[in-house]
Amino acid sequence: MEANPQSENWPLWEVFIRARQGLDHKHAGSLYAADAQMALENARDVYTRRNEGISIWVVESKNIHASSPAESGEFFDPANDKVYRHPSFYILPEELKNI
Amino acid sequence: MLGEQEIFDRKIEQEIRIEPKDWMPNDYRKMLIRQMSQHAHSEIVGMLPEGNWITRAPSLRRKATLIAKVQDEAGHGLYLYSATETLGITREETIDQLHAGKAKYSSIFNYPTLTWADIGAIGWLVDGAAIMNQVPLCRASFGPYARAMIRICKEESFHQRQGFEILLTLSRGSEAQKQMCQDAINRWWWPSLMMFGPNDDASPNSRLSMQWKIKRFTNDELRQKFVDVCVEQVKTLNMQLPDPKIKWNEETGHYDFGEINWEEFYEVLKGNGPCNKERLEARKKAHEAGAWVREAASAYAAKKNYSFNSPVHGSQPAK
Repeated sequence: MEANPQSENWPLWEVFIRARQGLDHKHAGSLYAADAQMALENARDVYTRRNEGISIWVVESKNIHASSPAESGEFFDPANDKVYRHPSFYILPEELKNI
Repeated sequence: MLGEQEIFDRKIEQEIRIEPKDWMPNDYRKMLIRQMSQHAHSEIVGMLPEGNWITRAPSLRRKATLIAKVQDEAGHGLYLYSATETLGITREETIDQLHAGKAKYSSIFNYPTLTWADIGAIGWLVDGAAIMNQVPLCRASFGPYARAMIRICKEESFHQRQGFEILLTLSRGSEAQKQMCQDAINRWWWPSLMMFGPNDDASPNSRLSMQWKIKRFTNDELRQKFVDVCVEQVKTLNMQLPDPKIKWNEETGHYDFGEINWEEFYEVLKGNGPCNKERLEARKKAHEAGAWVREAASAYAAKKNYSFNSPVHGSQPAK
Protein backbone atom coordinates (compact mmCIF):
# COMPACT_ATOMS: atom_id res chain seq x y z
CA MET A 1 0.00 0.00 0.00
CA GLU A 2 2.84 2.36 0.84
CA ALA A 3 5.02 3.20 -2.15
CA ASN A 4 7.98 4.54 -0.26
CA PRO A 5 9.28 2.63 2.74
CA GLN A 6 11.56 5.52 3.62
CA SER A 7 8.67 7.74 4.63
CA GLU A 8 7.62 5.08 7.11
CA ASN A 9 10.89 5.62 8.90
CA TRP A 10 10.44 9.18 10.01
CA PRO A 11 11.78 9.52 13.52
CA LEU A 12 9.43 9.95 16.45
CA TRP A 13 9.70 13.27 18.29
CA GLU A 14 8.63 14.20 21.78
CA VAL A 15 7.03 17.62 22.06
CA PHE A 16 7.50 19.96 25.04
CA ILE A 17 5.58 23.19 25.32
CA ARG A 18 6.01 26.29 27.46
CA ALA A 19 2.51 27.58 28.06
CA ARG A 20 3.45 31.01 29.38
CA GLN A 21 6.53 33.03 30.07
CA GLY A 22 7.94 31.95 33.43
CA LEU A 23 6.76 28.33 33.23
CA ASP A 24 8.73 25.19 32.44
CA HIS A 25 8.39 23.37 29.16
CA LYS A 26 6.05 20.47 29.75
CA HIS A 27 5.64 17.25 27.78
CA ALA A 28 2.62 17.55 25.47
CA GLY A 29 2.81 14.47 23.25
CA SER A 30 4.66 13.01 20.33
CA LEU A 31 4.60 12.96 16.55
CA TYR A 32 6.51 11.69 13.51
CA ALA A 33 8.38 14.13 11.31
CA ALA A 34 11.14 13.94 8.72
CA ASP A 35 13.25 16.61 10.41
CA ALA A 36 13.29 19.03 13.33
CA GLN A 37 11.74 21.91 11.40
CA MET A 38 8.82 19.77 10.29
CA ALA A 39 8.46 18.45 13.83
CA LEU A 40 8.26 22.00 15.19
CA GLU A 41 5.72 23.11 12.61
CA ASN A 42 3.52 20.05 13.08
CA ALA A 43 3.78 20.39 16.86
CA ARG A 44 2.58 23.97 16.50
CA ASP A 45 -0.40 22.84 14.40
CA VAL A 46 -1.30 19.91 16.63
CA TYR A 47 -0.61 21.17 20.13
CA THR A 48 -0.98 24.96 20.09
CA ARG A 49 -4.08 25.64 18.01
CA ARG A 50 -5.63 27.53 20.92
CA ASN A 51 -2.68 29.54 22.20
CA GLU A 52 -1.49 26.73 24.46
CA GLY A 53 2.14 27.68 23.95
CA ILE A 54 4.69 30.40 23.38
CA SER A 55 7.68 28.10 22.95
CA ILE A 56 8.13 24.53 21.70
CA TRP A 57 10.96 22.05 22.09
CA VAL A 58 11.11 18.88 20.01
CA VAL A 59 13.47 16.07 20.93
CA GLU A 60 13.94 12.86 19.01
CA SER A 61 12.43 10.16 21.20
CA LYS A 62 15.45 7.94 20.79
CA ASN A 63 17.47 10.52 22.75
CA ILE A 64 15.31 10.19 25.83
CA HIS A 65 16.50 7.65 28.36
CA ALA A 66 14.01 6.54 30.97
CA SER A 67 14.34 4.84 34.32
CA SER A 68 12.79 1.42 34.35
CA PRO A 69 9.50 0.94 36.21
CA ALA A 70 10.52 -2.64 37.06
CA GLU A 71 13.49 -1.32 38.99
CA SER A 72 11.84 1.77 40.40
CA GLY A 73 11.76 0.22 43.88
CA GLU A 74 15.51 0.01 44.31
CA PHE A 75 16.11 3.04 42.13
CA PHE A 76 14.19 5.43 44.32
CA ASP A 77 14.85 3.55 47.52
CA PRO A 78 17.63 5.86 48.80
CA ALA A 79 15.06 8.63 49.37
CA ASN A 80 12.68 6.47 51.40
CA ASP A 81 14.42 6.54 54.78
CA LYS A 82 15.60 10.13 54.84
CA VAL A 83 12.74 12.02 56.40
CA TYR A 84 15.31 14.44 57.84
CA ARG A 85 15.38 16.03 54.41
CA HIS A 86 11.98 17.54 55.16
CA PRO A 87 11.52 20.59 57.40
CA SER A 88 8.83 18.89 59.48
CA PHE A 89 11.41 16.40 60.81
CA TYR A 90 12.84 19.02 63.19
CA ILE A 91 10.94 19.55 66.42
CA LEU A 92 11.08 23.13 67.58
CA PRO A 93 9.13 25.06 70.24
CA GLU A 94 5.78 26.59 69.23
CA GLU A 95 6.75 30.11 70.26
CA LEU A 96 9.59 30.18 67.75
CA LYS A 97 8.44 32.38 64.81
CA ASN A 98 9.58 33.04 61.26
CA ILE A 99 11.49 29.80 60.86
CA MET B 1 6.77 -9.97 47.36
CA LEU B 2 3.76 -9.35 45.15
CA GLY B 3 3.43 -10.93 41.72
CA GLU B 4 3.00 -8.79 38.61
CA GLN B 5 -0.69 -9.57 38.35
CA GLU B 6 -1.26 -8.58 41.98
CA ILE B 7 0.63 -5.30 41.57
CA PHE B 8 -1.49 -4.54 38.51
CA ASP B 9 -4.76 -5.44 40.26
CA ARG B 10 -3.83 -3.33 43.23
CA LYS B 11 -3.08 -0.32 41.05
CA ILE B 12 -6.45 -0.66 39.31
CA GLU B 13 -8.18 -0.95 42.65
CA GLN B 14 -6.41 2.10 44.09
CA GLU B 15 -7.01 4.22 40.98
CA ILE B 16 -3.31 4.38 40.16
CA ARG B 17 -2.84 4.82 36.41
CA ILE B 18 -1.12 2.12 34.38
CA GLU B 19 1.73 3.50 32.27
CA PRO B 20 3.14 2.00 29.04
CA LYS B 21 6.19 0.31 30.51
CA ASP B 22 4.33 -1.18 33.49
CA TRP B 23 3.43 -4.85 33.41
CA MET B 24 -0.15 -5.40 32.26
CA PRO B 25 -2.22 -8.49 31.40
CA ASN B 26 -2.13 -9.35 27.74
CA ASP B 27 -5.91 -9.06 27.42
CA TYR B 28 -5.84 -5.58 28.95
CA ARG B 29 -3.28 -4.54 26.35
CA LYS B 30 -5.31 -6.13 23.55
CA MET B 31 -8.54 -4.51 24.68
CA LEU B 32 -6.88 -1.10 24.80
CA ILE B 33 -5.25 -1.48 21.40
CA ARG B 34 -8.59 -2.41 19.89
CA GLN B 35 -10.57 0.35 21.58
CA MET B 36 -7.99 3.12 21.20
CA SER B 37 -7.18 2.38 17.55
CA GLN B 38 -10.90 2.21 16.72
CA HIS B 39 -11.26 5.52 18.45
CA ALA B 40 -8.36 7.01 16.46
CA HIS B 41 -9.80 5.68 13.18
CA SER B 42 -13.17 7.21 14.06
CA GLU B 43 -11.60 10.64 14.44
CA ILE B 44 -9.90 10.34 11.08
CA VAL B 45 -12.81 8.83 9.14
CA GLY B 46 -15.09 11.33 10.89
CA MET B 47 -13.39 14.09 8.94
CA LEU B 48 -14.84 12.74 5.68
CA PRO B 49 -18.59 13.37 6.04
CA GLU B 50 -17.89 16.88 7.30
CA GLY B 51 -15.16 17.66 4.81
CA ASN B 52 -17.87 17.10 2.22
CA TRP B 53 -19.44 20.43 3.24
CA ILE B 54 -16.41 22.69 3.64
CA THR B 55 -16.63 24.02 0.10
CA ARG B 56 -20.38 24.48 0.37
CA ALA B 57 -20.68 26.06 3.82
CA PRO B 58 -23.25 28.88 3.61
CA SER B 59 -20.99 31.65 4.94
CA LEU B 60 -17.36 32.44 5.60
CA ARG B 61 -17.98 32.13 9.35
CA ARG B 62 -19.46 28.67 8.95
CA LYS B 63 -16.66 27.67 6.63
CA ALA B 64 -13.93 28.83 9.02
CA THR B 65 -15.49 27.02 11.99
CA LEU B 66 -16.02 23.82 10.00
CA ILE B 67 -12.40 23.82 8.85
CA ALA B 68 -11.27 24.37 12.45
CA LYS B 69 -13.45 21.50 13.60
CA VAL B 70 -12.18 19.10 10.95
CA GLN B 71 -8.61 20.12 11.78
CA ASP B 72 -9.33 19.31 15.43
CA GLU B 73 -10.49 15.82 14.44
CA ALA B 74 -7.17 15.24 12.69
CA GLY B 75 -5.39 16.29 15.88
CA HIS B 76 -7.57 13.98 17.97
CA GLY B 77 -6.70 11.12 15.66
CA LEU B 78 -3.02 11.87 16.16
CA TYR B 79 -3.26 12.02 19.98
CA LEU B 80 -4.98 8.65 19.96
CA TYR B 81 -2.67 6.97 17.46
CA SER B 82 0.31 8.15 19.53
CA ALA B 83 -1.26 6.84 22.73
CA THR B 84 -2.04 3.50 21.03
CA GLU B 85 1.56 3.13 19.90
CA THR B 86 2.76 3.18 23.50
CA LEU B 87 1.14 -0.26 23.76
CA GLY B 88 3.57 -1.73 21.25
CA ILE B 89 1.74 -1.56 17.93
CA THR B 90 3.16 0.66 15.18
CA ARG B 91 1.34 3.47 13.41
CA GLU B 92 1.67 1.63 10.12
CA GLU B 93 0.07 -1.49 11.54
CA THR B 94 -2.95 0.37 12.87
CA ILE B 95 -3.42 2.36 9.68
CA ASP B 96 -2.93 -0.73 7.51
CA GLN B 97 -5.62 -2.50 9.53
CA LEU B 98 -8.01 0.35 8.80
CA HIS B 99 -7.22 0.45 5.10
CA ALA B 100 -7.48 -3.31 4.80
CA GLY B 101 -10.97 -3.11 6.29
CA LYS B 102 -9.92 -5.18 9.30
CA ALA B 103 -10.28 -2.42 11.89
CA LYS B 104 -13.57 -0.86 12.84
CA TYR B 105 -14.47 2.76 13.36
CA SER B 106 -17.64 4.35 14.65
CA SER B 107 -20.45 3.19 12.37
CA ILE B 108 -22.07 6.63 12.46
CA PHE B 109 -19.62 7.86 9.83
CA ASN B 110 -21.05 5.41 7.32
CA TYR B 111 -24.15 7.59 6.94
CA PRO B 112 -24.21 10.31 4.26
CA THR B 113 -24.33 14.08 4.87
CA LEU B 114 -27.12 15.05 2.49
CA THR B 115 -27.80 18.67 3.46
CA TRP B 116 -26.10 21.51 5.33
CA ALA B 117 -28.35 20.78 8.31
CA ASP B 118 -26.54 17.46 8.66
CA ILE B 119 -23.43 19.36 9.72
CA GLY B 120 -25.49 20.89 12.51
CA ALA B 121 -26.98 17.54 13.49
CA ILE B 122 -23.56 15.90 13.53
CA GLY B 123 -22.21 18.60 15.84
CA TRP B 124 -25.14 18.45 18.20
CA LEU B 125 -25.95 14.73 18.23
CA VAL B 126 -22.86 12.86 17.04
CA ASP B 127 -20.36 15.01 18.91
CA GLY B 128 -22.78 15.17 21.81
CA ALA B 129 -22.87 11.38 22.03
CA ALA B 130 -19.10 11.24 21.61
CA ILE B 131 -18.60 13.68 24.50
CA MET B 132 -20.94 11.62 26.69
CA ASN B 133 -18.72 8.62 25.96
CA GLN B 134 -15.43 10.45 26.24
CA VAL B 135 -15.75 12.42 29.45
CA PRO B 136 -15.62 9.29 31.66
CA LEU B 137 -12.66 8.05 29.58
CA CYS B 138 -10.63 10.96 30.96
CA ARG B 139 -10.41 8.73 34.05
CA ALA B 140 -9.50 5.55 32.15
CA SER B 141 -6.96 3.41 33.97
CA PHE B 142 -4.38 3.60 31.16
CA GLY B 143 -2.47 6.88 31.53
CA PRO B 144 -1.79 7.78 27.88
CA TYR B 145 -5.44 7.14 26.94
CA ALA B 146 -6.74 9.26 29.80
CA ARG B 147 -4.37 12.11 28.97
CA ALA B 148 -5.36 12.04 25.29
CA MET B 149 -9.02 12.11 26.28
CA ILE B 150 -8.56 15.13 28.54
CA ARG B 151 -7.08 17.07 25.65
CA ILE B 152 -9.81 15.89 23.28
CA CYS B 153 -12.69 16.72 25.62
CA LYS B 154 -11.38 20.26 26.10
CA GLU B 155 -11.56 20.81 22.36
CA GLU B 156 -14.72 18.89 21.65
CA SER B 157 -17.20 21.16 23.37
CA PHE B 158 -16.85 23.85 20.71
CA HIS B 159 -17.82 21.21 18.16
CA GLN B 160 -21.12 20.52 19.82
CA ARG B 161 -21.93 24.17 20.30
CA GLN B 162 -21.17 25.06 16.67
CA GLY B 163 -23.49 22.23 15.60
CA PHE B 164 -26.31 23.37 17.81
CA GLU B 165 -25.89 26.94 16.57
CA ILE B 166 -26.28 25.76 12.97
CA LEU B 167 -29.52 23.96 13.83
CA LEU B 168 -30.77 26.88 15.89
CA THR B 169 -30.28 29.25 12.96
CA LEU B 170 -32.12 26.88 10.62
CA SER B 171 -34.91 26.34 13.15
CA ARG B 172 -35.56 30.09 13.14
CA GLY B 173 -35.39 30.38 9.37
CA SER B 174 -37.79 29.85 6.48
CA GLU B 175 -40.21 26.95 6.30
CA ALA B 176 -37.82 25.06 4.02
CA GLN B 177 -34.96 25.61 6.46
CA LYS B 178 -37.06 24.36 9.36
CA GLN B 179 -37.91 21.24 7.39
CA MET B 180 -34.27 20.70 6.56
CA CYS B 181 -33.43 20.96 10.26
CA GLN B 182 -36.10 18.45 11.28
CA ASP B 183 -35.12 16.07 8.49
CA ALA B 184 -31.48 16.06 9.64
CA ILE B 185 -32.51 15.36 13.24
CA ASN B 186 -34.76 12.54 12.02
CA ARG B 187 -31.93 10.88 10.14
CA TRP B 188 -29.18 11.32 12.74
CA TRP B 189 -31.08 10.59 15.94
CA TRP B 190 -31.16 6.81 15.82
CA PRO B 191 -27.62 6.28 14.50
CA SER B 192 -26.44 8.58 17.33
CA LEU B 193 -28.11 6.33 19.89
CA MET B 194 -26.37 3.36 18.28
CA MET B 195 -23.00 5.05 18.91
CA PHE B 196 -23.15 3.88 22.52
CA GLY B 197 -22.92 0.29 21.34
CA PRO B 198 -25.08 -2.77 21.96
CA ASN B 199 -27.33 -3.12 24.99
CA ASP B 200 -25.49 -4.14 28.15
CA ASP B 201 -26.69 -7.75 28.00
CA ALA B 202 -25.31 -8.04 24.44
CA SER B 203 -21.97 -6.37 25.12
CA PRO B 204 -19.55 -9.04 26.32
CA ASN B 205 -16.50 -6.78 26.55
CA SER B 206 -18.18 -4.16 28.70
CA ARG B 207 -17.95 -6.00 31.98
CA LEU B 208 -14.24 -6.67 31.67
CA SER B 209 -13.62 -3.13 30.50
CA MET B 210 -15.40 -1.79 33.59
CA GLN B 211 -13.58 -4.19 35.84
CA TRP B 212 -10.31 -2.79 34.49
CA LYS B 213 -11.68 0.75 34.82
CA ILE B 214 -11.24 1.56 31.17
CA LYS B 215 -14.97 2.23 30.96
CA ARG B 216 -16.75 3.76 33.93
CA PHE B 217 -20.36 3.50 32.78
CA THR B 218 -22.20 0.88 30.76
CA ASN B 219 -23.45 1.50 27.21
CA ASP B 220 -27.05 1.73 28.38
CA GLU B 221 -26.25 4.11 31.23
CA LEU B 222 -24.52 6.53 28.88
CA ARG B 223 -27.24 6.18 26.24
CA GLN B 224 -29.89 7.03 28.84
CA LYS B 225 -27.97 10.12 29.96
CA PHE B 226 -27.75 11.23 26.35
CA VAL B 227 -31.48 10.77 25.75
CA ASP B 228 -32.32 12.72 28.91
CA VAL B 229 -30.13 15.63 27.84
CA CYS B 230 -31.34 15.72 24.22
CA VAL B 231 -35.04 15.58 25.04
CA GLU B 232 -34.58 18.86 26.90
CA GLN B 233 -32.27 20.46 24.34
CA VAL B 234 -34.51 19.75 21.35
CA LYS B 235 -37.15 22.00 22.92
CA THR B 236 -34.88 25.02 22.34
CA LEU B 237 -34.96 24.12 18.66
CA ASN B 238 -38.72 23.69 18.61
CA MET B 239 -38.12 20.41 16.82
CA GLN B 240 -39.10 16.79 17.51
CA LEU B 241 -36.99 13.73 18.19
CA PRO B 242 -38.24 11.01 15.82
CA ASP B 243 -39.40 8.62 18.53
CA PRO B 244 -43.07 8.59 19.61
CA LYS B 245 -42.18 6.42 22.59
CA ILE B 246 -40.14 9.12 24.34
CA LYS B 247 -41.95 9.73 27.59
CA TRP B 248 -40.97 10.90 31.07
CA ASN B 249 -40.89 8.02 33.54
CA GLU B 250 -41.65 9.20 37.05
CA GLU B 251 -40.40 5.97 38.58
CA THR B 252 -36.96 5.82 36.99
CA GLY B 253 -36.47 9.59 36.80
CA HIS B 254 -35.49 9.21 33.17
CA TYR B 255 -37.08 9.42 29.75
CA ASP B 256 -38.22 6.11 28.28
CA PHE B 257 -37.49 5.69 24.59
CA GLY B 258 -38.19 3.26 21.76
CA GLU B 259 -36.31 0.19 20.68
CA ILE B 260 -33.20 0.68 18.54
CA ASN B 261 -33.07 -1.12 15.21
CA TRP B 262 -30.15 -3.39 16.06
CA GLU B 263 -30.38 -5.17 12.75
CA GLU B 264 -29.40 -1.92 11.04
CA PHE B 265 -26.59 -1.40 13.55
CA TYR B 266 -25.03 -4.80 12.85
CA GLU B 267 -25.47 -4.43 9.08
CA VAL B 268 -23.59 -1.12 9.09
CA LEU B 269 -20.96 -2.62 11.39
CA LYS B 270 -20.50 -5.49 8.96
CA GLY B 271 -19.76 -3.03 6.17
CA ASN B 272 -23.20 -2.77 4.58
CA GLY B 273 -24.03 0.80 5.57
CA PRO B 274 -24.78 3.48 2.99
CA CYS B 275 -21.20 4.81 2.82
CA ASN B 276 -18.81 2.14 4.20
CA LYS B 277 -17.15 1.54 0.87
CA GLU B 278 -16.95 5.20 -0.06
CA ARG B 279 -15.33 6.15 3.27
CA LEU B 280 -12.65 3.52 3.05
CA GLU B 281 -11.92 4.37 -0.57
CA ALA B 282 -11.62 8.07 0.28
CA ARG B 283 -9.27 7.30 3.17
CA LYS B 284 -7.05 5.09 1.05
CA LYS B 285 -7.02 7.61 -1.77
CA ALA B 286 -5.98 10.39 0.61
CA HIS B 287 -3.17 8.23 1.97
CA GLU B 288 -1.92 7.26 -1.46
CA ALA B 289 -2.28 10.75 -2.91
CA GLY B 290 -0.25 12.10 0.00
CA ALA B 291 2.62 9.70 -0.61
CA TRP B 292 4.61 12.18 -2.71
CA VAL B 293 4.49 14.74 0.12
CA ARG B 294 5.91 12.22 2.56
CA GLU B 295 8.54 11.18 0.03
CA ALA B 296 9.54 14.78 -0.64
CA ALA B 297 9.88 15.50 3.08
CA SER B 298 12.04 12.40 3.54
CA ALA B 299 14.21 13.31 0.56
CA TYR B 300 14.65 16.86 1.82
CA ALA B 301 15.59 15.67 5.31
CA ALA B 302 18.08 13.18 3.86
CA LYS B 303 19.62 15.84 1.65
CA LYS B 304 20.05 18.30 4.51
CA ASN B 305 21.50 15.58 6.64
CA TYR B 306 23.92 14.65 3.88
CA SER B 307 25.21 18.17 3.25
CA PHE B 308 25.58 18.74 6.99
CA ASN B 309 27.74 15.66 7.35
CA SER B 310 29.63 16.05 4.09
CA PRO B 311 33.38 16.82 4.11
CA VAL B 312 32.91 20.31 2.65
CA HIS B 313 30.58 21.28 5.41
CA GLY B 314 32.66 19.46 7.97
CA SER B 315 35.78 21.45 7.06
CA GLN B 316 34.16 24.66 8.18
CA PRO B 317 34.89 25.83 11.72
CA ALA B 318 32.53 24.47 14.35
CA LYS B 319 30.00 26.93 15.73
